Amino acid sequence: MPVGGRAAAGATALAGLAALIGGAGLGLAYAAADDWGGALDAFDPYLLRVARFTLWQALLSTLLSVLPALFVARALARHPRLPGRALILQLFAVPLALPAIVAALGVLALYGRAGFLAELLEGLGRTGWPGIYGLAGILVAHVFFNLPLATRLLLESLESVPNDQWRLAAQLGMGGRASFRFVEWPALRAALPGVAGLVFMLCATSFTIVLTLGGGPRATTLEVAIYQALRFDFDPARALALTLVQVALTAVVVLALARLGAAMTGDASLPVAPRRPVTRRPAESAANLALIAAALVFVAGPMAATVLAGLGADLMRLAGEAAVRRATATSLVLSALAAALCLVLAFALVAARRALELARGPLAAPTLFERATDAGAGLVLVVPPLVIGAGWFILLREAGDVFAFAPVMVVTVNAAMAMPFAVRAIRPAYDAASARHERLCLSLGIAGWTRLRLIDWPSLRRPMAMAYAFAMALSLGDLGVIALFGSDAVETLPYLLLARMASYRTADAAGLALLLGMLCLALMIVSDRLARAR
Amino acid sequence: MTGPAGAAIRLDAVRFAYPGGAPVRFDAAVEAAEIVAVMGPSGAGKSTLLALIAGFETPASGRILIGDSDVTGLPPARRPVSMVFQENNLFAHLDVAANVGLGRSPALRLDAADRQAVAGAIERVGLAGKAARLPQALSGGERQRVALARVLVRDRPVLLLDEPFASLGPALRQEMLALVAELHAERRMTVLMATHQPEDAARLAGSILFLADGTVAGTGAAATFLSGGGPQAFSRYLGDRRIDVARPRENDRDHGIARKTP
Repeated sequence: MPVGGRAAAGATALAGLAALIGGAGLGLAYAAADDWGGALDAFDPYLLRVARFTLWQALLSTLLSVLPALFVARALARHPRLPGRALILQLFAVPLALPAIVAALGVLALYGRAGFLAELLEGLGRTGWPGIYGLAGILVAHVFFNLPLATRLLLESLESVPNDQWRLAAQLGMGGRASFRFVEWPALRAALPGVAGLVFMLCATSFTIVLTLGGGPRATTLEVAIYQALRFDFDPARALALTLVQVALTAVVVLALARLGAAMTGDASLPVAPRRPVTRRPAESAANLALIAAALVFVAGPMAATVLAGLGADLMRLAGEAAVRRATATSLVLSALAAALCLVLAFALVAARRALELARGPLAAPTLFERATDAGAGLVLVVPPLVIGAGWFILLREAGDVFAFAPVMVVTVNAAMAMPFAVRAIRPAYDAASARHERLCLSLGIAGWTRLRLIDWPSLRRPMAMAYAFAMALSLGDLGVIALFGSDAVETLPYLLLARMASYRTADAAGLALLLGMLCLALMIVSDRLARAR
Repeated sequence: MTGPAGAAIRLDAVRFAYPGGAPVRFDAAVEAAEIVAVMGPSGAGKSTLLALIAGFETPASGRILIGDSDVTGLPPARRPVSMVFQENNLFAHLDVAANVGLGRSPALRLDAADRQAVAGAIERVGLAGKAARLPQALSGGERQRVALARVLVRDRPVLLLDEPFASLGPALRQEMLALVAELHAERRMTVLMATHQPEDAARLAGSILFLADGTVAGTGAAATFLSGGGPQAFSRYLGDRRIDVARPRENDRDHGIARKTP
């Protein structure tokens, strides 16, 4: 079996990831050796409170995102020919590509103390809108991100129900409730642990939203506390304690979810065109449409606010600023590199996992190595980018000028951070293509580069392009690592944006947010088009 | 329960096209209680025809009549039709009894009489003792038997079979065809069966509806068609699989040679 090449590629990718995470661990170990007493002292009530808040907000965010998403996804599945359905789904893909800092500004522009909603209320004679800092702001922003994400993922699981089953349900005369019970819920239930887990992880490790919307020590998560410990207090001992708690928490959650979702298998069925007969009563249709409309307003609101607020800024002056131009160029180059590295990593892991699975046969248990290629993607979520950044920050401080390493750190950490998404995009297509072509390739002797070019690439082009766009957009808008490593010498757009926000240049920030949002969006649209064109 | 006798089916100038697909136009009449094999090359429109009759797709124009009533605008559940697909006929998380029971009540609210009917149907298709199994514990043939049991408890005048036995081996297929023949003898429903296998048509069908390029290219007695007496296009479609229906086992390609005795 030609397992060797693909397994070696996977091993290399894993080694790279291990080096990245291991280096961070080394840095933290160094800090511990330096001041272990300080690290122990850091396990104080403050840390406990921060940890509790981290979990609490993640739990609430997950519930508020996934529960409505179940019903929105179902409503969309039951209206396969709704006018504008494709547009809604595209709009729901935007938050995933939208930088957190842009969304945070959008939420503030809409619901903030000086936002559009406050203006509206004032116009109606009601003053004193309290704004949206703290837990409420964090929740709104998290739901803004994760409701559309969960909806799309759950809808995907519904679309994987064979078309014949929808037909059967229609023929048997199943109404909304029976159809939910027999057709939709089994598909949703299978996807639910994975989706809820992903959302929980994203919220538990969310940094930018909490940094910009938390608004104080009462609403601080572990990640933000780590950042503050390193960047403002220069307290590696405290950062170490916080990091350990963060990693332990996320590891526990990931393990629990792996238990819960163990029966989940990646579906290899081809996407069916949503052409199915659905029997709906008028009342159900009305409820579905109202639900979709509400979700649409909630998701589109902050986006519209971003655009409106951005257009209010002096865009021409901003575009002429040298700092803005330099930050834009830096952002584009670094994110392009990060996305390329991300795809290489993801593809190596996906191909290795499949090759190892084939080599062992369906009956044998997966080896540790195969599991590593499988869970390698999830591992990055356990060790959040900011934690990796923190470890390297401490380590590199000993090696010289920390800030000189900014480009390397941003590219590698962002690539690793985006990898789970790339794996999600590539793996089903790769496994499906492999299931169809593996034996044929073996019998015809097509292997290695030829196989990649002739057999794998055509079926992977679209998911790869999508993954590249997502990876680049994610990295373009990331504020995790650059917040630690950024300086006047290496500024990305999000870093510049944060600086303008911090110095209360709100109009500038809104203009930059519009620019950054547009860049990410354009990227996604272009790549989507490229992927569609044959 | 004797069940309703079959209903006649008529398609009047039915036009339809999938988005981006080639348009089809069907004119056809099937008599009540007949068994008709729907044959034709892949892409000729066999599945489309069945989907239109079942109501999964709505014609752009034209009328579909079942019995005396126009069903063109009716949703699938309100049509007097049951359908068996090639696969995915069963809900994987429901046991055999529940899958059959759905034919009685789509919300699975079954009274004692329903349960009895379900048990009877499961026994009738030869799955006695397997009512509590999940589909994954059944063979391919057994799954299709469950689908047929559901057809029995639904008891509709029209049965549509969309290549239902295409993925079964020859012996199993023979068994399933025999079962369909028996059920038809008991219930006298009208059966439309899409198939590529001349043997299926020879075994079951009284007549053949031949489709080509999205339209009905010929109809006639199965015996005539299968022995080479149908339209030229149908004989080309058959190739060398011509069958003398009187002796279905024999694949006598050329009657002239077969008759020559040494």
